Amino acid sequence: MSEQTKTIFSRPEGLQETVTHYCPGCTHGVIHRLVAEVFDELDIRERTVGVAPVGCSVLAYNYFNCDFLEAPHGRAPALATGFKRLRPDMIVFTYQGDGDLASIGMAEIVHAANRGEKFTTIFVNNAIYGMTGGQMAPTTLSGQITTTCPAGRDVSQTGEPIRVSEMLATLNTPAYLERVSVDSPMQIIKAKKAIKKAFQYQVEGKCFSLVEVLSTCPTNWGKTPAESTQWLRDNMMPYFPLGLCKSPDSKEGN
Amino acid sequence: MAKVLMKGNEAIAEAAIRAGANNYFCYPITPQTEVAEYLAKRMPEVGGVFLQAESEVAVGNIVFGAASTGKRVFTTSSSPGISLMQEAISYMAGAQLPCVILNIMRGGPGLGGILPAQSDYFQATKGGGHGDYRLLVLAPSTIQEAVDLTMLACHLADKYRNPVMIIGDGMIGQMMEPVEFPENYTEPELPTKDTWAATGAKGRKPRVIKSLFLDPYKLEDNSVVLYNKYQQMKKDEVRFELYKTSTKNKVLIVSYGTMARICQTVIDELEEEGVSVGLFRPITVYPFPEAALEKEATRKNIDTVLTVEMSMGQMVEDVERAIARRRPVEFFGRTGGIVPTPDEVKKQIKELIKKKHGAKTRQSTTKSKKKG
Ligand SMILES: Cc1ncc(C[n+]2csc(CCOP(=O)(O)OP(=O)(O)O)c2C)c(N)n1
Ligand code: SF4
Ligand SMILES: [Mg+2]
Repeated sequence: MSEQTKTIFSRPEGLQETVTHYCPGCTHGVIHRLVAEVFDELDIRERTVGVAPVGCSVLAYNYFNCDFLEAPHGRAPALATGFKRLRPDMIVFTYQGDGDLASIGMAEIVHAANRGEKFTTIFVNNAIYGMTGGQMAPTTLSGQITTTCPAGRDVSQTGEPIRVSEMLATLNTPAYLERVSVDSPMQIIKAKKAIKKAFQYQVEGKCFSLVEVLSTCPTNWGKTPAESTQWLRDNMMPYFPLGLCKSPDSKEGN
Repeated sequence: MAKVLMKGNEAIAEAAIRAGANNYFCYPITPQTEVAEYLAKRMPEVGGVFLQAESEVAVGNIVFGAASTGKRVFTTSSSPGISLMQEAISYMAGAQLPCVILNIMRGGPGLGGILPAQSDYFQATKGGGHGDYRLLVLAPSTIQEAVDLTMLACHLADKYRNPVMIIGDGMIGQMMEPVEFPENYTEPELPTKDTWAATGAKGRKPRVIKSLFLDPYKLEDNSVVLYNKYQQMKKDEVRFELYKTSTKNKVLIVSYGTMARICQTVIDELEEEGVSVGLFRPITVYPFPEAALEKEATRKNIDTVLTVEMSMGQMVEDVERAIARRRPVEFFGRTGGIVPTPDEVKKQIKELIKKKHGAKTRQSTTKSKKKG
């Protein structure tokens, strides 16, 4: 590299060089990148173990440049608990979708959070089951059309969408919980800060940390990528407000 | 080391620690909760990890995560809880992870009862969870053997990178007997775990511990790797015990666990009455000692084989398979937590001898069916 050129953007070491399987416009890839940048910035890649979910990000281990475990659907927090308890010196994170975490794996995430397990969860909320082709998730919005609620989600039959971060914030155990979005450059910068903070708390051995990331699923929402980010702003953000839900430094959320 | 009087559940717990399985996860269920209670006190003393989780679904998967570190991991439960662990067991078998699981069996199906049973034989030996996999399954009949087999299980799990299950009926957990722990316990050398354990990708390529193979050829390759391990187990790990087998035997009993001990009493008593009966006791129920059983059961002097179980008849299917219709295979069992008495078993044997050349096929003579 000559003295005049300076690299200002490159693939983080935390990511492998490979072709993505995510759909065009899907924000899973953006979230992967943010996590990988944090590995680099905190210099933790070589002692990090990820736990992949069942969902579109089941192949996360093909992208991240660190050791990985592949969990059964919803059980990533249980695997992370077992691993971290035996290797508290390592950095452990789960990467989970909303079906994985808020439906089949609800018990595992609630109890891991309540025990204050010292790992980090990246919770990707796209209000749908992406991988299986667009079925209703616990986070699907009222009236939202999916293949298993073709007339729109009827909350009188299926309940209101679950706000996971707020629910976890009711637990008395200290935790770091923040909801972010990756729909715009400004939000991406904020999301990165939150993800870094979450890992930082883990590095310090402080608490359980979870970052809920509002994410798009253009394919199963039946929208273009641009329409999807707009739909996320118009529909998801009002119901899933962005911001800090709980900080380990204060018992109450805000 | 001097013998100590211990309850089965506690002796097994101590054995796991002695074998270096210092990481234990659990959820309470009768009749094995004493393992958890013992280890809750003992693990902190040895600097181990103890955690009571929110369910057996979680326990199984916590074991999965913990085993991925390469360290020895141990869990215990009883029948309904073992059913909930099947998800993780299948994944661990697929991902080739070692761990030791104890099932102190109680009567089923469903919530069943809390008394001793052997009705999880199918679940333990034939799969239990989904997919083409096997567990190595050990069945102790005394507390001392439970101790020895727990320590062996830890070794075999690492040797084969496969979950190993110990099945004991409720009595193995609840009974007290004198036991001796080996002094200066050593194991044969094991392959390094540094080829597969997740330890951080420092100076090497990332490792992935998984059972997902979307390419069918890769999935089949994985199944072949597993299959070859099971073939190796069949060659090297078959264990069984003979009791009073001789050329005078007319009947050969096949029985395992505490049921086999009751059958020993039966055999001793019948011997005094001039009736010669032998016992074949599988110690590994997977791999099942089929060749050895075939040899014993088809000796000239043997008229009938009687399988005795605390179930409606599960291991008997493996017995039939091993003997392949070369001798009549009869079955006697009680279940629901009812333990057959020596007199009941004796009566069965006497009736069998009376009708010696009678039934060619298996006759289930469980008490309940008779009443039926
Ligand atoms: C035990 C079990 N049940 C069901 C499935 C099928 N399944 C695979 S992915 C998935 C939903 C994933 O949705 P989500 O967690 O929201 O992830 P996304 O694909 O949206 O990122 C389901 C139901 C499975 N693999 N295992
Ligand atoms: S189906 Fe949806 S969540 Fe899955 S990769 Fe495609 S856009 Fe992303
Ligand atoms: Mg989803």
